[in-house]
Amino acid sequence: MDDETRKSLQDEAVDDPGSDNPGSDDPGSDNPTRRRMLKAAGATAWFGALGYSLWPMRKYIKNLDQDELLRDHYKELSVADKKRIFAAIEKKTEREYGAKVRVSDPPPMPGVKYGYALNLTTCIGCRKCVEACRVENNHDRTDMQSYIRVFEIENMGLDISKGRLDYDHPVPVKGRRYFPVQCQHCDNPPCVSVCPTKATWKEPDGIVAIDYSWCIGCRYCAAACPYQARFFNWRKPRIPANEVNPDQGYLSNRVRPVGVMEKCHFCLHRVRRGKFPACLEACPAGARVFGNLRDPKSEIRWVLENRRVFILKEEQATKPSFFYFLAE
Amino acid sequence: MSSDTSSSAKTSTAPGTASEAGLSHWVAYVRFLWRSVLLATDGTLLFYAWMTVLTAVAFVGANAWAQQVAEGMALTNMSNQVSWGLYIANFTFVVGVAAGGVMMVIPAYLYRDERMHAVVIFGEMLAIAAIIMAMLFVTVDLGRPDRFWHLVPGVGQFNFPWSMLTWDIIVLNIYLLLNLHIVGYLLYMRFLGRAPAPRWYVPFVVISIAWAISIHTVTAFLYAGLGGRPFWNTALLAPRFLASAFISGPAFLIIALTVVGRFTTFKIDRRPLGTLVSILKVTTLLNLFMVVSEVFTEFYSGTHHTASARYLFLGLDGHTALVPWIWIAIGLNVVAAALFLYPGTLKNRRILVSACVMTFIGCWIEKGMGLVVPGFIPSALNEIVEYQPSVIEWRVTAGIWAFGLIVYSAAIKVAIPILTGEARATDGDNGR
Repeated sequence: MDDETRKSLQDEAVDDPGSDNPGSDDPGSDNPTRRRMLKAAGATAWFGALGYSLWPMRKYIKNLDQDELLRDHYKELSVADKKRIFAAIEKKTEREYGAKVRVSDPPPMPGVKYGYALNLTTCIGCRKCVEACRVENNHDRTDMQSYIRVFEIENMGLDISKGRLDYDHPVPVKGRRYFPVQCQHCDNPPCVSVCPTKATWKEPDGIVAIDYSWCIGCRYCAAACPYQARFFNWRKPRIPANEVNPDQGYLSNRVRPVGVMEKCHFCLHRVRRGKFPACLEACPAGARVFGNLRDPKSEIRWVLENRRVFILKEEQATKPSFFYFLAE
Repeated sequence: MSSDTSSSAKTSTAPGTASEAGLSHWVAYVRFLWRSVLLATDGTLLFYAWMTVLTAVAFVGANAWAQQVAEGMALTNMSNQVSWGLYIANFTFVVGVAAGGVMMVIPAYLYRDERMHAVVIFGEMLAIAAIIMAMLFVTVDLGRPDRFWHLVPGVGQFNFPWSMLTWDIIVLNIYLLLNLHIVGYLLYMRFLGRAPAPRWYVPFVVISIAWAISIHTVTAFLYAGLGGRPFWNTALLAPRFLASAFISGPAFLIIALTVVGRFTTFKIDRRPLGTLVSILKVTTLLNLFMVVSEVFTEFYSGTHHTASARYLFLGLDGHTALVPWIWIAIGLNVVAAALFLYPGTLKNRRILVSACVMTFIGCWIEKGMGLVVPGFIPSALNEIVEYQPSVIEWRVTAGIWAFGLIVYSAAIKVAIPILTGEARATDGDNGR
């Protein structure tokens, strides 16, 4: 290479002098040796500056382990892969958060499709569901993250577009209504179609899940979702060790890595074991109804058949599995 | 990558002694590339100063991106409500520049305007630089750049054809390869002092014209396909994108060719410039017309769906962050359109370049921040969360622009001596 360099440089100097002679302003640099040295110095300085400018990344690179870097999509994982990966996540969580946790991935139950209904007449806007979601799902504690957001709206009509999320007074206020919104687990989810890497998909039981180890963080799904239900991990979640929920699902409430999307998953790790979502259990008003849409005897079916039920943004044709109703 | 496609193309241009010629073309093309590196790193003090300044800015950008990767995207001012910002705004705009870059190709090849041929290559090099910038803008916007391989078809999980982003990845990469091949082939043949064989570039040129349209159409569909964002969910978006692409590309070329004419021995004929201005006359007006169409439809109907347009042009509930930007953009575009219509503009290079700069900046605002950010304000659930880019975002963005200019400057630096015949293969280099 060096010979080649020298030859070419000489060629150039001999063949076309002055054509684009760098030294026309600088008499000294006609000397090929000096020019070569200057170029070498320049190249060295260039690489030095590049290294210096990228130096802040070393911490990030050091934290990357090979297993995580090469981890496959959830649907491609074998039983042995899962065992290894879950153990690795448990170890990492203990190292980084000081909490002993257990990671699992309960499978969908056959013959089950989940539905959720919310009674807007009885909801008092206390935000106990918001808090329960935060605790159950290992949300960042400093920015008060949750998958549920409650709008306070005027009693007349059900238009949340004029609603307030930041209300801060004793509830309920007479003449106002409270309208909690979370992921609607659409049967026709725009977020799933737009994802370039298939990192989010619809499970057989209707849950729209995200593989936190596969998401590249492009946030296209956040742009596509008409319900503002998708959230991004702008930084590494900060959770005190004693507040980490140790019962963790790979597709649900495990502590999320930085730089990926997350959203409500109907407490996948609970409901697939026959429990209710945390938000339902926390509701003091009994406004929430959760169950199997395929079971004609379920409470959710009773609500759908006997109450005046509506869905949010029907015109979007997203076919939500989340319903709202009024008791009166 | 380019060397592969191009040199394999060259291999077949020499029939007869195929194996021998093939081998020597492999060697000759590598020599050509090496010579290009030398040409790109050699120059006057002014050239060195220009490249050093650009490199310094690029490194500042690289440093800001390194911090962003290390600390998380929290260093940007994006939020769950405004989840795309300055990066994607710039991505959208530079895809337009890339598409517009080949607008010079149409008069040259479809209308057989021979005098355009010499400058066509500048448009294609612009396309290359702009595509590289577009790819960088997407990369810096990713929360997990380390998982980039998940997007690689066959290795990762490529959600084709459902996700418009996968379409964008395909069309942008193919467009890059097409232009690398065309530029590489034409310059290589000039370097060898041979006439380029039309069958090795004309079909690619024709494809690249269609492809230029496709890259910006797909980028528009990326937004237009989202039913939950009424501001973008309009059939007019793709035509609007194309109109501004065919403004920003030619405008940048006029600026670049003027700079080249000022600082090098390479002089551009008046005629190609006239063609570019003719293009701009039409496209600046067309672009404004489509803006007016959108504004009328939004404001006259006055439904809920017009909130974003209201936010952009008038402000919403006292939130007016983008209002000055968009009016500046419209002002710049109107003045530029008027200047392009004025016959004296073509004769006065200073006025011409100012008009180009104005409309370039105007489109950058209008099809960048003015398009991406209002899509998120108000949010899908009507919250108003405003967005102003953070210092880190501005640094990264400046860095990528500087890098794009480095690529374009180096490409021009290589192309000019080859086009003028100052740089030629020596006997050992000629591929025989």
